[in-house]
Amino acid sequence: MFREVGVSMEQFGVFDIIGPIMIGPSSSHTAGAVKIGYIAMRIHGKSIKKVQFYLHGSFAKTYVGHGTDRALLSGVMGFLPDDERIKDAYSIGDSIGLEYEFIEADLGEVHPNTVKIQLTSKEGKITEVMGASIGGGKIKILKINDIDVAFDGEYTTLIVKHYDRPGVIAGITAVLAEHTINIAFMKLFRQAKGEFARLIVEMDDSITRQVLKEIKAVKYIKEVAYIEKMAL
Amino acid sequence: MNIKSGIELLSYCEEKKVPIYHAAIDYEKQNSGMSEKEILDKMMISWNVMKVSIAKGLDKKQNIKGKMIGGEAKKLKEYYDSHVSVCGLTMSKAISYALSVIEVNASMGRIVACPTAGSSGVLPAVLLSTKETFNLLDKDIIHGLLTSSMVGIIIGKNASLSGAQGGCQAEVGSASAMAAAAVVEMLGGSCEQALHAASMCLKNIMGLVCDPVAGLVEVPCAKRNTIGTANAMISAEMALAGIVSIIPFDEVVYAMDRVGRMMPVCLRETAEGGVAATPTGQRLKEEIMPKA
Repeated sequence: MFREVGVSMEQFGVFDIIGPIMIGPSSSHTAGAVKIGYIAMRIHGKSIKKVQFYLHGSFAKTYVGHGTDRALLSGVMGFLPDDERIKDAYSIGDSIGLEYEFIEADLGEVHPNTVKIQLTSKEGKITEVMGASIGGGKIKILKINDIDVAFDGEYTTLIVKHYDRPGVIAGITAVLAEHTINIAFMKLFRQAKGEFARLIVEMDDSITRQVLKEIKAVKYIKEVAYIEKMAL
Repeated sequence: MNIKSGIELLSYCEEKKVPIYHAAIDYEKQNSGMSEKEILDKMMISWNVMKVSIAKGLDKKQNIKGKMIGGEAKKLKEYYDSHVSVCGLTMSKAISYALSVIEVNASMGRIVACPTAGSSGVLPAVLLSTKETFNLLDKDIIHGLLTSSMVGIIIGKNASLSGAQGGCQAEVGSASAMAAAAVVEMLGGSCEQALHAASMCLKNIMGLVCDPVAGLVEVPCAKRNTIGTANAMISAEMALAGIVSIIPFDEVVYAMDRVGRMMPVCLRETAEGGVAATPTGQRLKEEIMPKA
């Protein structure tokens, strides 16, 4: 052979080729957008009163044509990328009294398909999540509030907000070990020493409510968001 | 087990004396940790979604986003139901199926990306029409889908499956190569014949650009899916007859990759070249997306 084969070394599974099952028209502008909205909703964790979508680059220019607006709104309402209600997202949002707004914005040096989602709950809690749809329905979550993060929702994921103190992570991993849950990837992000930190744990197995409860009981933990691997 | 090329796939199948779909099952077991039954069940769900997406557009004109396309599948069905078909009923039906899936996709309906949303019409269209002509079972189609996935995996690893990277040849070209290999194997052809069919498909539309009007998966994508469908059926027929591709599969994939890399950016899904750049294409873009 005249060159080494498989040079891209990208790992494809059978269902990356035959799949995902999704609502059209575009895997990056529709399916990926639903995912980002969905993950933002799960991170926020409270019922949402108002949501603002700051659309960057190609998302800003083409969101109407590709249904990116309805896709994002659907995700925030808890729909997954294969949900046939996506096209009716506006009327469903209106019927549940959700306030929503789409704003074109320059989010800086980011992927062209990037959105920043600001979610506000009835109690006034505000969460900001920034994510990019990087192609083929794959996404990357880049920021939660002011903290840079990096995960893609391809695994069952725990997102823990905690005070930056010694022993917190040991406490979390001890609970997981006790329930024989295997960690695939784990990343820690913090803003400054001694302030809030975010731990992202990507796991091979899903976890039960009991496990979640035990994790929430670990000292210095402020919030825990749990996102099941999306079965697409 | 990590199959990276057509040669490796061929030797795996010959060594184990198994068809391509079996290699795909072995590959996916290792890749995902799923059992054979889980893989087959999951593929059945995809096949069901494909069948529904075909039926939907044939039955009724779908409400499309850009409104550039819509109703073509139904129109074609009405035509072949009442006239002698120019391309023969099998082919004519198949292309109406492809049009239907793309219509459903453009109307925010549910489809299976295979390999992409923009090329999602080819594989369902070719498989359903083959199933109908040869009275195959759903089980055979599931195997066909697995065969096609293996071909897609190899193309993805060595070239590209995305229009933004490789042009339409990478999307509709790959979809037709995948479909052709599936048909050959479902109808009893060998692994080698399946790869000959896939090679022919890629060669037949090598260099095809990705030039979506207004950036939407409508024009020329719907009709590109019909040529992909016909391409798969033509190539499968030739391979089953014993006709071979003079250029081997891996070399064709390599050539496709090279051609994709040489393609200017304006012809790779940016909606700045090809038919997207025509006066009509530009006018439609203005009407649909005034901001873009």
